[in-house]
Amino acid sequence: MPAAPAKIELKGVKKAFGGRMVLDGVDLAVAPGASLVIIGGSGQGKSVTIKIAAGLMRADAGKVFVDGADVTRLRGAAQRRRAGQFGFLFQGAALFDSLPVWRNVAFRLLYADRLPPAEARAAAVEALRRVGLGEHVADLYPGELSGGMQKRVGLARAVAAHPEILFFDEPTTGLDPINADVINNLIVEQVKRLGSTAVTITHDLASARKIGDEIAMLYGGRIIWRGPAADIDRSGNPYVEQFVAGRAEGPIASGG
Amino acid sequence: MNPVRALGRSTLGMVRTAGAVTLFAGKGVGAAIAPPYFLGQFGTQVLAIGYFSLPVVGLTAVFTGAALALNIYTGGGRFNAEQIMPQIVALGITRELGPVLAALMLAGRVSAAIAAEIGAMRATEQIDALQTLSTDPFRYLIAPRLLAAVVVLPVLTAVADIIGIMGGWIVATSTLGFSGAVYVKNTWDFLQSWDVVSGLIKAAVFGFLVALMGCYHGYMTTGGARGVGRATTHAVVSAAILIFAADYLMTSLFTHH
Repeated sequence: MPAAPAKIELKGVKKAFGGRMVLDGVDLAVAPGASLVIIGGSGQGKSVTIKIAAGLMRADAGKVFVDGADVTRLRGAAQRRRAGQFGFLFQGAALFDSLPVWRNVAFRLLYADRLPPAEARAAAVEALRRVGLGEHVADLYPGELSGGMQKRVGLARAVAAHPEILFFDEPTTGLDPINADVINNLIVEQVKRLGSTAVTITHDLASARKIGDEIAMLYGGRIIWRGPAADIDRSGNPYVEQFVAGRAEGPIASGG
Repeated sequence: MNPVRALGRSTLGMVRTAGAVTLFAGKGVGAAIAPPYFLGQFGTQVLAIGYFSLPVVGLTAVFTGAALALNIYTGGGRFNAEQIMPQIVALGITRELGPVLAALMLAGRVSAAIAAEIGAMRATEQIDALQTLSTDPFRYLIAPRLLAAVVVLPVLTAVADIIGIMGGWIVATSTLGFSGAVYVKNTWDFLQSWDVVSGLIKAAVFGFLVALMGCYHGYMTTGGARGVGRATTHAVVSAAILIFAADYLMTSLFTHH
């Protein structure tokens, strides 16, 4: 029996900015229901990778597959339909400041799925409850929330329409360690509840260990190591070892 | 740098930008025509672009009408033609100053605001967020603003026409010894419908250009807060230049009337 296709897969993805090659042939496949965390230093192309995977950026070369179907060149309505499968938590939450929290959370339900406002609001309040926020938050505006609460609202928005694939872009950046752990727990809880496939990028190793079934390291435009999250401390890869130890000395410093 | 090379580079840059703006405008118009429509967004923009611009447009119009009346009265006096002042004020306001001044006020107020808002949305990944929520940013952000500006600027111009002529009337009756009733009658009898309609057509085109520049520069913002500031400046300057260029082209086109 042939193996089931990966839920999402990147094959030979390349991307350059102003002549600088950021991704130089990234190959990644994530099995249905699995959670992959991509780690790497600043400027190594983690955000570019996740944005290409989610269809927010075009690769210069290579292909992106979802459920085995080539989605690399999707445009317009087809791309918007595909985006219906995705949920995305942005680094800064990316909430719409002109809309109250409940409209942010229910945005897709209101404007893409055309749910009646009362029904969409009920779904938003339920999604907020799942990330530990009460109904009183629903009518506040994003500017009235703390950074941690904004991340929770962003997570509620990402999961509100029950996506099959969840992308998390630096989910704990800018949060104190306690709030970061709360967000990590919520992410694990929501991914398990929905049975979604998850792709996370982060340079926070505590977050990577908690969220990921597997961890991959991006360096020099390629995936240089991938393995179970439990093996990150015995990777046998000098680049990974230096990154995990947080040492200034090592191949990463000398190599670039 | 070789000056010929520099000239060639800047020419190519301008052609590239013109092409990008044209494609952007085409995509924006396409999004405005085809459903889904975001009526709530359209209503919000009508209020932001139109209703909240009324005070600034009204004040500009009243002072311009008054100053125009004084200047034409002085100039007309050199040919003993002071009495023709109301007609010239009406013509100048409806065909030229009403639409151009209303558009310039909007370029300063609205084009900048649109560029800053959309630019900040770009910088904080809110535009990417729209895409991940299965929503076309052109339909949600660009189309309502283009449409609102095209609908609203002719209305603002009609208001500016009335207030501008009123500004001339106030000066004429209070300091230049004109009879109020005669002033109004002369203006009314002289004005042709095309004088007003051509100004309103200009206004619709200016409205499109003002919103387009705000949207384009905001949407293309790169580089955080500095980029947003740059986008705002570019939006206002390019909108003002395009208003004057389009004004000349349309005035040339309309002169046979």
